[in-house]
Amino acid sequence: MSAPVLKLVAQRVGLGLLLLLAVSVLIFTGTQLLPGDVAQAILGQSATPQALENLRRDLGLNDPAYIRYFRWLGGVLTGDLGVALSNGQDIATQLGKRLGNTLFLASVAAVVSVPLSILLGLLAVRYRNRWPDKLISGTTLISISLPEFFIGYLLIYFVAVRLGWFPSVSTVYDGMSFGQRLAAVALPAATLTLVVLAHMMRMTRAAILNVMQSAYIETAELKGLSQFDIIRKHAFPNAIAPIVNVVMLNLAYLVVGVVVVEVIFVYPGMGQYLVDHVSKRDVPVVQACGLIFAAVYISLNIIADVVAIVANPRLRHPK
Amino acid sequence: MSNELEFLSRRVAAGKLSRRDFLGRAAAIGVSATFANSLLSTAGYAEEPVKGGVLKAGLVGGESTNSLDPATFASQVPYSFGRAWGELLLELKADGGLEHRIAEEFGASDDAKEWTFKIRKGVEFHNGKTVTAEDVLATLERHSDENSKSGALGIVRGIDRMKVDGDNLVITLKEANADLPYLLADYHLIIQPGGGKDKPDAGISAGPYKVTVNEPGVRHGGERFANYWNAGNYGHADQIEIIVINDATARTAALQSGQVHMINRVEPKVVDLVKRVPGVTIRNVSGAGHYVFIMHCNTAPFDNNDLRMALKLAMDRQEMVDKILLGYGSVGNDFPINASYPLFPADIEQRVYDPEQAAHYYKKSGHSGSILLRTSEVAFPGAVDAAQLYQQQAAKAGITIEVKREPGDGYWSEVWNKQPFSTSYWGGRPVQDQMYSTAYLSTADWNDTKFFRPDFDKIIIAARAELDETKRRDLYRQAAMMVRDEGGLICPMFNDFIDATGPNVGGWTEHRSGEMMNGYALSKCWLTA
Repeated sequence: MSAPVLKLVAQRVGLGLLLLLAVSVLIFTGTQLLPGDVAQAILGQSATPQALENLRRDLGLNDPAYIRYFRWLGGVLTGDLGVALSNGQDIATQLGKRLGNTLFLASVAAVVSVPLSILLGLLAVRYRNRWPDKLISGTTLISISLPEFFIGYLLIYFVAVRLGWFPSVSTVYDGMSFGQRLAAVALPAATLTLVVLAHMMRMTRAAILNVMQSAYIETAELKGLSQFDIIRKHAFPNAIAPIVNVVMLNLAYLVVGVVVVEVIFVYPGMGQYLVDHVSKRDVPVVQACGLIFAAVYISLNIIADVVAIVANPRLRHPK
Repeated sequence: MSNELEFLSRRVAAGKLSRRDFLGRAAAIGVSATFANSLLSTAGYAEEPVKGGVLKAGLVGGESTNSLDPATFASQVPYSFGRAWGELLLELKADGGLEHRIAEEFGASDDAKEWTFKIRKGVEFHNGKTVTAEDVLATLERHSDENSKSGALGIVRGIDRMKVDGDNLVITLKEANADLPYLLADYHLIIQPGGGKDKPDAGISAGPYKVTVNEPGVRHGGERFANYWNAGNYGHADQIEIIVINDATARTAALQSGQVHMINRVEPKVVDLVKRVPGVTIRNVSGAGHYVFIMHCNTAPFDNNDLRMALKLAMDRQEMVDKILLGYGSVGNDFPINASYPLFPADIEQRVYDPEQAAHYYKKSGHSGSILLRTSEVAFPGAVDAAQLYQQQAAKAGITIEVKREPGDGYWSEVWNKQPFSTSYWGGRPVQDQMYSTAYLSTADWNDTKFFRPDFDKIIIAARAELDETKRRDLYRQAAMMVRDEGGLICPMFNDFIDATGPNVGGWTEHRSGEMMNGYALSKCWLTA
C-alpha cells in the first residue's frame, strides 16, 4: 500500500479514537442527567431512607462527577470496567460473555444476510424490471416494513409453536455445542436477516445500476462480455464503496440495535443487559455498554471508509 | 364440603376408588358432577409425587442485575429461585397456618415479647455443615442490622436482642408482636451458614435444591440436594430450571411449545386465549396484592376529609375490576386488607360508586378546580388506563381530575410517596399487622398516604401484642374502619395472581400469598410423565 493511502487510513483511525473519547464524555454526562439515582433505582418501591443512605455511602455516590469520570476513564484504559453497582459482579467478565453472545448472533445473521443480499442485489440487476427483480424487491421491502418484533412473533408462532423446528427461547449458555447454539439462534438470526436484507439488497442494486450507466460498461458490452461478467468484473468493483458503507451500517445495527429481538427470543445479549442496567441506574455498566456500542459503530464505519479508500484506484495508484 | 365426599375424593386420589364410582356416590349425596370433578382435582395433591426429570419455569421478573444475596431479593425470579435453594425457619401454609421447617417448634411468652424457636436437628447445608441455632441467629442479625440493605429490614427491625440457648434461639422484641413467626416466613430470611456474613451471595442454604447455574437475567438452575431433610415433600424433580422470559408473548409461546412447564404473570387480556391451548391450565388465585390511588392526608387539598371521601365515592370499583383486571381480581374497600388475611373484618360494608354522594361531599369540602392525579405505566399494569377511567367516573360526580402521565424512570423516587395524589401498588403481606405497620403507622417509612394518627397507631400496637383472637379481630376492625373512612387510601381492586402450567405438571395447589404457589411451585410440583 502506498503512502497517501496509509496516511489517509491513519487519519481515519486517529479521528475515530478522538471521536471515541468525545463519546465517552457524552456518555458520562448523559448518565448523570438521568432522573433518580442508582440507590433509589436498586431499592425501588421498597426503599427506606435508612437503606438508601447506607447504599449511597457504600457506592461512593457522594463524590463529585468529574472525579468519578476520570476514575472511570483510567479504569477503562487499563481494561478495568469496575463492578456493577447493583449486584457487585465484575463488569468486564459479565460484559465479555454478553458481548460474545451478541457478536455470535450478529455474525450468524451477517454470514447469512450479507452474501444473500448482495447476491439478490446482483440478481435484481441482472433481471432488472423483470419478475425476479420485482419479486426480490417486493419480498424484501415487505420484510423491512414489518416491525421486527412482529416478524419475531410470526416466526415463533409458525416455526416454533406450530412446526416445532426451532426453540422459541434462544437462551444459550456454556457447555452448548456449536450446533446447539446455531439451532438456538436460528429464529432470532432469521428475524435479523429479514430486517437488514432489504436495505443492503436495494443499495447493491442501486449502486450497480448507477455504474451500469457508465461508458465503460457500454464498452464492455460491445466487447461481447456476458451480462453477469460485466456486473461481476466491472460494475461491482466500482460500486463497492457505497455497498460496503451500507453493509457496515447494517452490521453495526446487528450489534447495537437488537434489544427488541433479544427480549422476544430471550437471548442473553448486550442489549438486554444494557436495558436492565439502565433501569437500575447502574451507571458503570451503562457507560461500559455505551462505550462498547460506540466503539463498534465507529470501528465498523472506519472499516467502511478504509475499504472505500482502498477500493479507489485513484488513491491506490497516485500519479 | 362434606366429610364423606372429602374422604371419597382422597380415596380416588390414592387410587382406592375409581373415578366413576366416586361420581356415582357424589350424585347419590346430591352433588353435581362438575363440582365433584373439581373436588377430585383439588384432591390431586394427594397423588403420589413422581420423582425425576427437569422441571422448568419461564418467569418474568429477572434482571441481569440480580444477585443471590437474599437481602437484595426484590423481583419474582430471585424470589422463586430463593424458595428452591433456600431454607427458612417457617413457611406460610395455603390455609394461613405455619409449616415448621428449620424451626421445629416455637412459643411465646405471655406478653408476646420473648419468642423461643427450637432449631431442628440434623438439617444439613449444601456445603455439608449442620444448621445450628448460631447460623439462624447470624442470619437474622445480618438482616436486622440498621446498616443492612436487606429488603427484610423493616420486618426484623423490631428485634431487640437474640441469644442461643442450646438448640433454641431466643428472640426478644422491642415491642410485643404476636405475628413474629409469620414475619420470619419472609422470603428474604433464608438461613445461610454463618448468616451469610462472609459471602452473602454464595447461594448456599439448606433448601431442596443446590444452586448449579446462576446467570442473572438469563437462567438459574438447581439440582436436587441429596441430603435434604424433608425430601418426601419437597424437591421431586431431579433438576429445576428458571428461564427468565420478561416478554409476555414469548413466555406464553415457551409454555405452548413445551420449552417450559410453568409460567407466571399471564396477562389478563390473554388469559382467555391461553385457556384454549390444549394441555395448558390457568392457575389464578386471589391474593393480597392491590392497586391503589393514594392521597397525602397532610397536603392541601387532600387534608380535607370531605374531599377524600368525595374522591373515594367517585370510584367505580366494579368497573375497575371488570375493565382493568378483566375480572381477574376483586373489589377493594379502601383499606388494604381482604379476605386472604387471617382475622379479616368481613362485616364492613362494601363502599360502592355513588356519584351523588360524591358530589355532596365534594361540595361540602369547598374545593374547586381540577385535581392533579399522577400516574405511570410502572405504577401497576394498566395504571394509566385506570387513571383515565377514574377521570371519567369522577366527572359524573362533577369532580375534574387532571391525569398526568409521569415517566416510568424515577417514578418510585420522584412521584410515589412524594407527590400528593398518585397511583401505586402494594404486594400482599402475610398478616394485617405487617401491612398496616409498613404503610399506615405514623412512623412507617412508606406511609404513602401521610396518615399521621396517634389513635390509629395505638390500635395497631395494641393489636400486635394481643394474643386473644377475638379482641384482636375487633382491634383490626377498628383500624380498618379508620383507614376506610378517614385515611388517604382509595383501594379500588385486589389483583389475582395468574400463573399457567403445561401438561404433565402434578402437585399444584392454590396459595393466596404469592404467585407460583407462594414461590414454592418448583420445589413442590412434579412431572407426571
